Amino acid sequence: MSAFAEPRDPIQAATEGRYKWGFETAIEMEIAPKGLNEDIIRLISAKKDEPEWLLAWRLKAFAAWRETSEPDWAKVKHPPIDYQALHYYAAPKRKPGPKSLAEVDPELLATYEKLGIPLRERAILAGVEGAGAAEVRPDIAPGVAIDAVFDSVSVATTFRETLAKAGVIFCPISEAVREHPDLVRRYLGSVVPPGDNFFAALNSAVFTDGSFVFVPKGVRCPMELSTYFRINARNTGQFERTLIIAEAGASVSYLEGCTAPQRDENQLHAAVVELVALDDATIKYSTVQNWYPGDAEGRGGIYNFVTKRGACRGARSKISWTQVETGSAITWKYPSCILQGEGSVGEFYSVAVTNHHQQADTGTKMIHLGANTKSTIIAKGISAGRSNNTYRGLVRMMPRAQGARNFTQCDSLLIGDRCGAHTVPYIESRNPSARVEHEATTSKIADDQLFYCRSRGLSQEDAVNLIVNGFCKDVLKELPMEFAVEAQKLLAVSLEGSVG
Amino acid sequence: MSATLAQTGLPSRKLEAWKYTDLRPLAALAPAAAPEIADIAALAADLPSFPGPRLVFVNGRRAASLSVPAPAGVITDLATGGDFAPFAPAPLAALNARLAQDGAAIHVPEGLDAGTLALVHLTIAEDAAPVFVHPRHRIALAAGATLTLVEYAGGRGVYWQNPVIEIMLAPGATLRHVRIQAEDRESFHTATIFVDLLAGARYDAFTLGLGARLARSECHARLGGAGAIAHLAAVQLLRGAQHGDITTVVAHDAPGCASRQTVKSVVDGRAHAVFQGRIEVARAAQKTDGYQMSQALLLSPDAEIDCKPELEIFADDVKCSHGATIGALDPEQLFYLRARGIPEAAARAMLVRAFLIDAIEAVSEAGARALLERAIDDWWEGAR
Repeated sequence: MSAFAEPRDPIQAATEGRYKWGFETAIEMEIAPKGLNEDIIRLISAKKDEPEWLLAWRLKAFAAWRETSEPDWAKVKHPPIDYQALHYYAAPKRKPGPKSLAEVDPELLATYEKLGIPLRERAILAGVEGAGAAEVRPDIAPGVAIDAVFDSVSVATTFRETLAKAGVIFCPISEAVREHPDLVRRYLGSVVPPGDNFFAALNSAVFTDGSFVFVPKGVRCPMELSTYFRINARNTGQFERTLIIAEAGASVSYLEGCTAPQRDENQLHAAVVELVALDDATIKYSTVQNWYPGDAEGRGGIYNFVTKRGACRGARSKISWTQVETGSAITWKYPSCILQGEGSVGEFYSVAVTNHHQQADTGTKMIHLGANTKSTIIAKGISAGRSNNTYRGLVRMMPRAQGARNFTQCDSLLIGDRCGAHTVPYIESRNPSARVEHEATTSKIADDQLFYCRSRGLSQEDAVNLIVNGFCKDVLKELPMEFAVEAQKLLAVSLEGSVG
Repeated sequence: MSATLAQTGLPSRKLEAWKYTDLRPLAALAPAAAPEIADIAALAADLPSFPGPRLVFVNGRRAASLSVPAPAGVITDLATGGDFAPFAPAPLAALNARLAQDGAAIHVPEGLDAGTLALVHLTIAEDAAPVFVHPRHRIALAAGATLTLVEYAGGRGVYWQNPVIEIMLAPGATLRHVRIQAEDRESFHTATIFVDLLAGARYDAFTLGLGARLARSECHARLGGAGAIAHLAAVQLLRGAQHGDITTVVAHDAPGCASRQTVKSVVDGRAHAVFQGRIEVARAAQKTDGYQMSQALLLSPDAEIDCKPELEIFADDVKCSHGATIGALDPEQLFYLRARGIPEAAARAMLVRAFLIDAIEAVSEAGARALLERAIDDWWEGAR
């Protein structure tokens, strides 16, 4: 009869393509010895010239980490992780600033090339002297400021001056510790306490760098802020720490994108992201996560154990998480919102794609504390190959959440009969005036949909892409332009043609 | 007994399946085995008014004088045996297995429509000392057999009723199972039901939870043969400091099976309602149609509901969905009724009744339906 009788082999060949961004940059590294103990933490702190309070904070987190055990409730399986076999610090060696792009390490330039960073930005990123932010003309193209996290030290930060003019602080968190210690001290760990969970405690003890964003009262951040996360050195866990604060009436949109080199050994990534929104502030945090997922047999790949949480402290504040998760061997990630301020809004839009032996256990928590708080959860899971994809979420209405409202929709799509799709929502209400609605569906790509597309001349792959993109549309439309395009490409690459 | 309880370790909230139900008040109770009641005839007034054959158990012991024999062909002996597949481990069922003394073994032969049979539990703990009862029943329907089983649990005093019912439905058999739990408000009721369905078998269950200080109804249904159908409907009406828990696990192990669940909770006072429902679809269970809806109505500011509808799916050609809603009575609907001269209390009763209707509709058998409606009316009367 038709479309579905086609042999699957060419399709599988397409899905099993090499990891497109699997390159490794050979840059001279400065690496701490393997293992984790108080001395390593002191070393990290000393390397970064940190004040005494931060060292004490790290040591406290380390003590908490030793008290807790690795969580085992997620639907993921992996061999035990030897936390003493990892390097906890790796920094690119510092060189004096190059005079022009010609003097820049060609490896680094090649990396930017593959990341698709425009030429002018490369010069700025590589720290070429004189390549200032003044060159950027937002009237031609809306500027995107990038804080490239190259392994553990932010290589450079761009557009600082443009942002500074608006009063926005956007810098590596290590620099913020030096230059804005009061701000960091006030907010660091205020959303995700050092002992919050096993991975957050680990991160708090050993985080090496990350981004710091502060948008002062009433300021609308003039450009999208962006970080490219890269895991580069062999056997270094990466422990990023990101802190974003939007003061009253401020707004900011932050993009996080990830690619990592191909390698065999599993790598651990345990980041912490904290967001704080005060009265009427808005924070939009978008992620495209495309770390190395391991090969078709499930060897290698990144372990992505991330704690992301936002606190809507002020009235009418809003925090919106959007994520497209296509990479990593294991994803353990629950970007959450604590809706404290009256009338505050939390949003979670997620697409999680798993293929081959990937495992994703991801979702969100919406904790409604304040009156008239609202939350929306749209989660789309797509499983193919032998992967397992779990949505795990919590919606909690506390007694004072008068008139609060939640809407949750979780849809799963199964491609092939060797994969699994799971939905584990927890819904708790202690306020009768709060309304909660949850719905979840699981289905496959319908034969009639495929047939319809095929009969109009679309190839099998294009038809699947079209249907999957349609399935994810509610989430993709929430992404900023820059990311939406990349996300669609990623979906196509991850899934093209893997039709069951 | 208290020592035994401590040793067996009632499940704690650290167990994911017991996350929302805390059995520590039960552990603190330290009940002893329920004594035999001498004057059974005096308990006739405690029986639910329900016509037809019935099996009555008083304090876990069969009370022949209160029972009415089942129609010819239906075996209600204490015979053990039968091919019951081992079920998933459930801590309270394991405890029951160790302590069970009596129970019914009901067998309906091939092709027989056995009509309606009532299964009544009365537990009387009139002395100050709390008691426990661990009845264990086995119900087997042979191929093509049909039975409507109406189960009623009630009593007086402080006691713990921990029944286990194992049900085996042969190909094409149909069991309609109506359960009314109207235990004393000081008591504890924890029921575990295992249902095994073979090809084309059908299990239609309705559970009404009204009584007990703490109640849990846990149903494990396994659709093991192609084309089997399981409908699990439940209503719990809770007030005061009651705790009610409805837990279901529906395992689709064979292709082409369908499951439907409709669960409604009405929570008043400081009561706490729990619903946990999981649909598991195995690789082999292609063409599964699984549906689950849980809805809760919170009537008071101190009421609480925790809800965990889960899907665990390993087959791709399936249609599975669940929905959950939590909210209060719609003030607009109330206003509409009030504007037409209906007093507040009656208007609320009307809306709650309307909320329950699609779950209650699952019970078609007239006698069972009447008993059910009466129980709900009584509950509502008691609220005012």
